[in-house]
Amino acid sequence: MNPRLSSVFETARAESRAALIGYLPAGFPDHRSSVELFHAMTDAGVDAIEVGLPYSDPLMDGPAIQEAVSMALEAGTTTDVVLDIVEQISGHGATALVMSYWNPIERYGVQRFAERLASAGGVGVITPDLTPEEAGPWSAATDAFGIDRVFLVAPSSTQVRIDTVTSATTGFVYAASTMGVTGARGQVSSAAPELVARVREATKLPIAVGLGVSTAAQAQDVARYSDGVIVGSAFVNAILEATDLAAALRAVSKLATELSAGVRGEA
Amino acid sequence: MTINRVEIDAAAEALPGHFGPYGGRFVPEALTAALDELDAAFRAAMTDPAFAEELSSLERDYTGRPSIMTRAHRFAEYCGGAHIYLKREDLNHTGSHKINNVLGQALLTQRMGKKRVIAETGAGQHGVASATAAALLGLECTVYMGEEDTKRQALNVARMKLLGAEVIPVTTGSRTLKDAINEAMRDWVTTVDRTHYLLGTVTGPAPFPEMVRTFHSVIGREAREQILSLEGRLPDAAVACVGGGSNAMGLFSGFMDDPSVQLRGYEAGGDGVETGRHAARFAAGTPGVLHGARTYVMQDEWGQTVSSHSISAGLDYPGVGPEHAWLHDTGRAMYEAVNDDEAMNAFQILSKTEGIIPAIETAHALAGAMRLGQELGPDAVIVVNLSGRGDKDVETAARWFGIPLGDRE
Ligand SMILES: Cc1ncc(COP(=O)(O)O)c(C=O)c1O
Repeated sequence: MNPRLSSVFETARAESRAALIGYLPAGFPDHRSSVELFHAMTDAGVDAIEVGLPYSDPLMDGPAIQEAVSMALEAGTTTDVVLDIVEQISGHGATALVMSYWNPIERYGVQRFAERLASAGGVGVITPDLTPEEAGPWSAATDAFGIDRVFLVAPSSTQVRIDTVTSATTGFVYAASTMGVTGARGQVSSAAPELVARVREATKLPIAVGLGVSTAAQAQDVARYSDGVIVGSAFVNAILEATDLAAALRAVSKLATELSAGVRGEA
Repeated sequence: MTINRVEIDAAAEALPGHFGPYGGRFVPEALTAALDELDAAFRAAMTDPAFAEELSSLERDYTGRPSIMTRAHRFAEYCGGAHIYLKREDLNHTGSHKINNVLGQALLTQRMGKKRVIAETGAGQHGVASATAAALLGLECTVYMGEEDTKRQALNVARMKLLGAEVIPVTTGSRTLKDAINEAMRDWVTTVDRTHYLLGTVTGPAPFPEMVRTFHSVIGREAREQILSLEGRLPDAAVACVGGGSNAMGLFSGFMDDPSVQLRGYEAGGDGVETGRHAARFAAGTPGVLHGARTYVMQDEWGQTVSSHSISAGLDYPGVGPEHAWLHDTGRAMYEAVNDDEAMNAFQILSKTEGIIPAIETAHALAGAMRLGQELGPDAVIVVNLSGRGDKDVETAARWFGIPLGDRE
């Protein structure tokens, strides 16, 4: 069985580094290429894979991920395709979690989704637009099937909110580094270290920072104060800029290798 | 189909901001603090006599409220001879009901110390109303509008610009209202510390549905009083078109506790519900989550939103206000679809019988009144919310009826 999220973070801590989590929308640019791209991430040292479930109205995403998601949808990526991809990459040794807006999960069936994900080998789900208040049935389903459920905190979260969110969360806490949508940025927001410090007061769970991390130097910096570094748009951009699948695979491997050095303080 | 209750959180239903299983807040955590702040500002304002005074003086001296109620004798001949009364929201400043909500939220924006508002718009009426209030109160204003809608509502784009607002055409997705809301949400999550999202209808995360309904409830309060004095009794039905559903909630709220008054909402049937090209959420949608709330959504079996279609930009939206979803399921209100051609027929009839050119959105309600009048007969009293005037639609209507537009195109 592949490592659960908790052991991914334990391993990283034992090696005095942060874990590297890489995101791509599933089915981007198409079903088969997508599997190869995820394999390339795993092979180049990405510790956990965030498999995006493409959704028609990705209102937390910036232009790069929006474009990738609409390509994935046009290529016919359904929830069943996403689960198939999770199964294939888990078979390849990846620790895979799904990142999904809430409606596709609710439509699929909350219990059914948790059950199918668990049997595909997936270990967790990040739900960026589900708040703990609305998550009762989801908590029951994820508990029943041993799936971690990851909620987000943001720089605007009050301490009370941080307590609410962290006590509903399992696996790790996703700290959104900035007020905004996904996308590569020149600088990781200065709000991130302060947010991580506030979350530490509320929980012993590992904390991973996402939104706007795109380079090895940024990963190295974020790794100093967090337990995990999440990179998405930079992988998407690398693929969008590539002329063919071979070039995309090379670009993804290169970026993953660099980021992996970054989280080890070797950028 | 009704909702699968097993997988809905019974505990969440009891929380504020829910209408049975509908409504709630499905938003990025980054927006939670702003929604809490808005909720607090709204509740504080509702108990503050100074706010009530400020809002009602703007309604009186700026909007021109109360709006009148007009008996439509000649139009009634097409409605089975029923007594038809038009609640004239078209006579409000800026030409539709939208200004009611906008003034309320713009005053709240000031109270929260924010200097910028953003808005989405479909038909452009909400965008125009937002740009107007921003000009009046000295706020910066950015309006997101689907590129498709900027074409069919070009006049309103020009109006917004004349009023000093920035209009951003949205080129993602179906390039209509749904996508404009996505873009507005993306802006808001980035700028929320200084920006208020002036949402234009009774959709979105709590507290928007309740707040927007509250600011439109003046329509129902006035209408109830007016019809009692004109007819000496309550109406048999209150009728409105339903895009997101704000003008309908405003009218319905006045009669909610009068069980003898039927509440009738008309959504856009587009080319016909059977063609798939429509915006009939109740006829062809299923419960789901869109833009921050659980409600009826046009979606496929995977939960992907399906594009809506309607000749009316203001009704061309695949979701609907969550309170309407609950009124639908409980049976308190009834919803039917009206196709483009039936709406345009009503548009023409009202224009020629009463000398009132309605908005195409509103024409859906008028078509509904024509059906309902036939059903209820000549003794029936029906109040129709005339939500807006048709100036913005003259070009679309001229094209529909084959009226030449001079040397343009
Ligand atoms: C005149 C008019 N009526 C109705 C609507 C639909 O909105 P709602 O359903 O929120 O009243 C619009 C929206 O643009 C409008 O301009």
